[in-house]
Amino acid sequence: MATVDDLQFEEFGDATTSLVATPDATTIRIEDPDETPKHPPAPPRSSRREEDDELLGNDDSDKTELLAGQKKSSPFWTFEYYQTFFDVDTYQVFDRIKGSLLPIPGKNFVRLYIRSNPDLYGPFWICATLVFAIAISGNLSNFLIHLGEKTYHYVPEFRKVSIAATIIYSYAWLVPLALWGFLMWRNSKVMNIVSYSFLEIVCVYGYSLFIYIPTAILWIIPQKAVRWILVTVALGISGSVLAMTFWPAVREDNRRIALATIVTIVLLHMLLSVGCLVLPLQMHEEC
Amino acid sequence: MAETVDVPGDSGTGSPRPLFAGLSDISISQDIPVEGEITIPMRSQIREFDSSTLNESVQNTIVRDLKAVGKKFMHVLYPRKSNTLLRDWDLWGPLILCVTLALMLQRGSVDSEKDGGPQFAEVFVIVWFGAITITLNSKLLGGNISFFQSLCVLGYCILPLTVAMLVCRLVLFAEPGPINFTVRLFVVIIMFVWSIVASTAFLADSQPPNRKALAVYPVFLFYFVISWMILTFTPQ
Repeated sequence: MATVDDLQFEEFGDATTSLVATPDATTIRIEDPDETPKHPPAPPRSSRREEDDELLGNDDSDKTELLAGQKKSSPFWTFEYYQTFFDVDTYQVFDRIKGSLLPIPGKNFVRLYIRSNPDLYGPFWICATLVFAIAISGNLSNFLIHLGEKTYHYVPEFRKVSIAATIIYSYAWLVPLALWGFLMWRNSKVMNIVSYSFLEIVCVYGYSLFIYIPTAILWIIPQKAVRWILVTVALGISGSVLAMTFWPAVREDNRRIALATIVTIVLLHMLLSVGCLVLPLQMHEEC
Repeated sequence: MAETVDVPGDSGTGSPRPLFAGLSDISISQDIPVEGEITIPMRSQIREFDSSTLNESVQNTIVRDLKAVGKKFMHVLYPRKSNTLLRDWDLWGPLILCVTLALMLQRGSVDSEKDGGPQFAEVFVIVWFGAITITLNSKLLGGNISFFQSLCVLGYCILPLTVAMLVCRLVLFAEPGPINFTVRLFVVIIMFVWSIVASTAFLADSQPPNRKALAVYPVFLFYFVISWMILTFTPQ
């Protein structure tokens, strides 16, 4: 017969206290998945290997792999599956935006900020804001140019909003898709150390478009020189963010293909800025 | 209390008697009521309520719904911390407001195509799809508000902007000029801030605390776009 004492639940208490009591006791410490353990400082290696280690995360690469697999466990037809893409806090979004505005050579945007937690909040709402910023600033600049004329009849152009929205959203989704497909294909031919998932590429592209929002707002200033400087600065910053992100992914490859990839990325970005910002807003003036 | 009690009428004995000793002498009078009501008063009322909404006149139904809508309008105009908008949500108010706004924003069809102003369908689509997108965003971020409650709140908080549209249309009857524009700008800005404050008062509590700004920003964008449409409205 079991006595009452045997049936009572034994409190195991904190790991630390039980370790103090019996140093040989087996304890389990479950860590918050958000905290990454600080790995010991690496011995000095060549800078290239260091960058790769930074990209991989020498100690916690296995852990992040496992945890990333654990996160997306719901089937894709449930709501919870899509909730995993919005698992960001306010400060994280601000950090990512800051990272896209200040490209530091050597620091990879994906590794530093995204850290296998890509979100769809940033890309979606940055694109939405950009669409409306372009439409509104186009309207405003047009209005300011014709301010004194009595015969001018102000019209808010709503068609432009739909066209701008289509262009920007397809850029933010189709180009990452094409780039991801291309990188996967090259990965099968040449063993790259670094590979990005589709959502991470979408994330990078989305956040890199953030610089165009202040550019579109400042476009109201009617000076041509100011506008060209603005476009050049914006293109420089977002282009460099993209180039620095994707350079490690194609570095192992054939030199010419790697260069061609980076040049194509920057060219497409330039096409976007010319097509979306310069052309519609220049055309307004001629009407 | 374990004291002894002097039982009145017991003056004969000198020593005090212990408590409860004389209980056997007491009889329960018929005047003390010991029974109570155990019927549940709500049940009969609910049954009565159910059958009465089927049989009541149409006027009663419409007036009751209108009163509910009006009460929520008051809650939007004077935003306090209350749950009325969330608890008894309805979509009549948002529909009335959206249709009014779209009608007022529409220009006459006499004008040519190059007007480019928002048509009725465009305003409708922007308002409803904007509200749906914000609701989805708020739910995906982990908010614990239901889909229709959020739609209800966002729709009702368009009321200040509809009032601004009315005022702008009236102001536009006066002669055009910078004063005209400044008045309209002022009114629209105030109503825009009012809308945001009203909707944030209802929506912000449903979000986890470290994501409140992420959920409020799309609301800001939504009302900003509507305010822009109102401000740039010019009659032919």
